[in-house]
Amino acid sequence: MWPETRVVRFVNENFIAARAHVKQNPNDFKQYSERYQAPWTPTILVLDANGTEHHRIEGFLPADDFLAQLMLGWARMAFNQQQFAEAERRYRAIVEQLPESEAAAEALYWTGAAKYKATGDPAALKQTGETFKQRYRDTAWAKKASVWS
Amino acid sequence: MKIDFRYDVDKAFEDAKQQRKPLLLDFSAAPM
Repeated sequence: MWPETRVVRFVNENFIAARAHVKQNPNDFKQYSERYQAPWTPTILVLDANGTEHHRIEGFLPADDFLAQLMLGWARMAFNQQQFAEAERRYRAIVEQLPESEAAAEALYWTGAAKYKATGDPAALKQTGETFKQRYRDTAWAKKASVWS
Repeated sequence: MKIDFRYDVDKAFEDAKQQRKPLLLDFSAAPM
């Protein structure tokens, strides 16, 4: 998943990347796996510069799903930091660029939520609920959005 | 083309603050 060109480009453009390897830097591995309660590998955390965790990926994923998870974490951080228009843009990019990924339905849900938070317009939620009637119907996210339309 | 991983996590946090970027922290046991 790491060597894939799109993954490399996305990570290098948007993150500082650090690796705590169980053998190569065991002291960092021990310290940080305890701090973040991450006893399993691979585990990838999306953190802000202050160390607050915004997203966690555990276990191997194929490239498209892994990239979508990284994008989900990047979007979540904007959402948590109340940068809602930016969060909407980041979530929408997942739906548009990786529509078949496992994360796409979740991204669609949060696209609607972020747009609503950015604009205050409940139509953003209604429209998202309507979209779920056409796409990703058999997902938990469609159930969650069912109250919006 | 490869990811520019730092192996000193404390230093990586310093870089993240300095460059105002988020940090991606990978806990790995994969063969190097």
